[in-house]
Amino acid sequence: MSAFIQEHGLLFGWLTVIGQILLFTVVLLLSLAFLLLMDRKVWAAVMMRKGPNVVGPFGLLQSFADFGKFLLKEIIIPAGANKTVFLLAPILSLTLAFAAWAVIPVAPGWVVADLNVGILYLFAVSSLGVYGIIMGGWASNSKYPFLGSLRSAAQMVSYEVSIGLIIITVILLVGSMNLSEIANNQSGGFWTWHLFSFNNILLFPVMVVVFVMFFISALAETNRPPFDLPEAESELVAGYQVEYSSTPYLLFMIGEYLNIVLMCSMMTLLFLGGWHGPIPFGEEFVSNFPVWMVNLGHLAWFMAKTVFFFFLFALVKAVVPRYRYDQLMRLGWKIFLPTSLAAVFLVAGYVVYAGVQA
Amino acid sequence: MTEIERFALDYLPVILFLGLGVILSLLFIIGAAILAPSNPDPEKNSAYECGFNAFDDARMKFDVRFYLVAILFIIFDLEVAFLFPWAVSLGTIGVFGFWSMVVFLGVLTVGFIYEWRRGALEWE
Repeated sequence: MSAFIQEHGLLFGWLTVIGQILLFTVVLLLSLAFLLLMDRKVWAAVMMRKGPNVVGPFGLLQSFADFGKFLLKEIIIPAGANKTVFLLAPILSLTLAFAAWAVIPVAPGWVVADLNVGILYLFAVSSLGVYGIIMGGWASNSKYPFLGSLRSAAQMVSYEVSIGLIIITVILLVGSMNLSEIANNQSGGFWTWHLFSFNNILLFPVMVVVFVMFFISALAETNRPPFDLPEAESELVAGYQVEYSSTPYLLFMIGEYLNIVLMCSMMTLLFLGGWHGPIPFGEEFVSNFPVWMVNLGHLAWFMAKTVFFFFLFALVKAVVPRYRYDQLMRLGWKIFLPTSLAAVFLVAGYVVYAGVQA
Repeated sequence: MTEIERFALDYLPVILFLGLGVILSLLFIIGAAILAPSNPDPEKNSAYECGFNAFDDARMKFDVRFYLVAILFIIFDLEVAFLFPWAVSLGTIGVFGFWSMVVFLGVLTVGFIYEWRRGALEWE
């Protein structure tokens, strides 16, 4: 951004940056509305139902109708609750989930803040997400939310460790924490994607295992089924969200889905080449077009991959039964943690002795 | 433009983004506060407990293992934070850097095995 402002002058640079941010936000929230619908449609399809199909063609406007309904519901604050913390919790959840998107590049150069420590920032902000849930559960002053938030916090921090170690393996391969550079490291076609890494063929089995672990940890990190124990309705009614109604509840929900889509886009960026297509072709042909047109193509690839992962998330929700809490903790600490540590060791050894980062 | 100005300008969009998130969520809550009806009554405002009146305080004792998980998390998350700069510069620090970190990870792994054997990771 600094370079941009230097080039175009302070005022124009600022206006452009604010315009970019607003555009990014609108597109993000609109896509989220349709992804929410997609989640419900996939779930319905697995159960041989039609899903929402009344509002608009194929129910396309369902999310917007839901939004209106949320807005018209009474905000109930329990008598025993700490009102400030109670209302602060959903605000914090949404703000943090939202802020994480600032460093996600969706096409070459199309990123709000191109930080050189982008992935560290992502890691830090997603760690803070636990606070929203703990605050919500504690401030409600009710048993189900309290137990739900405890479970949720323990679960999220457990899987965060393995996610961190898995991110380290990718950083080792790239030698940079900048998300754009991570994506550009995989520009040479699908065989250079970190998931396959055929250019470092010895790492192929390691990276596949690491990717599967990342996917499962992402499910656990975002409290998605089969790891939705914080809100297991048969045990805890709805966990930390029990006492919430109206838009405070909506904020929690939007925050949760923003986090899910963020995880999908992280998988895309870290393992599947980000905005790069599977086969590089027509570099000279494409160079005749204006930059924004080429970038739209890149954006299409990025979105396609992200939506594909979101589809997998929705599918897992529909077909897999819920885990038990002790199984969840065992998987996180006894299987994922040692395996991801071993993966860091193997990848680092390969990087040093094969001179990948040279 | 000095180095520190450039640094600050790189992070300003992040701050703007944070601010936008706060504004959005406040708008949502204020919107509902204005548009939605508000008829509080004691039954509606009591804590949910399957239809009973609440038996006792909701902030009750809970399992000590949650603390244990939190402590383990701090150890391993610090380890990960420590690994980040190492991972970026591994190409420069080379074989020596690699084996130093292996020693460090080895020490942590010994601690991890100890916890495991002592049953800190058991949930029945």
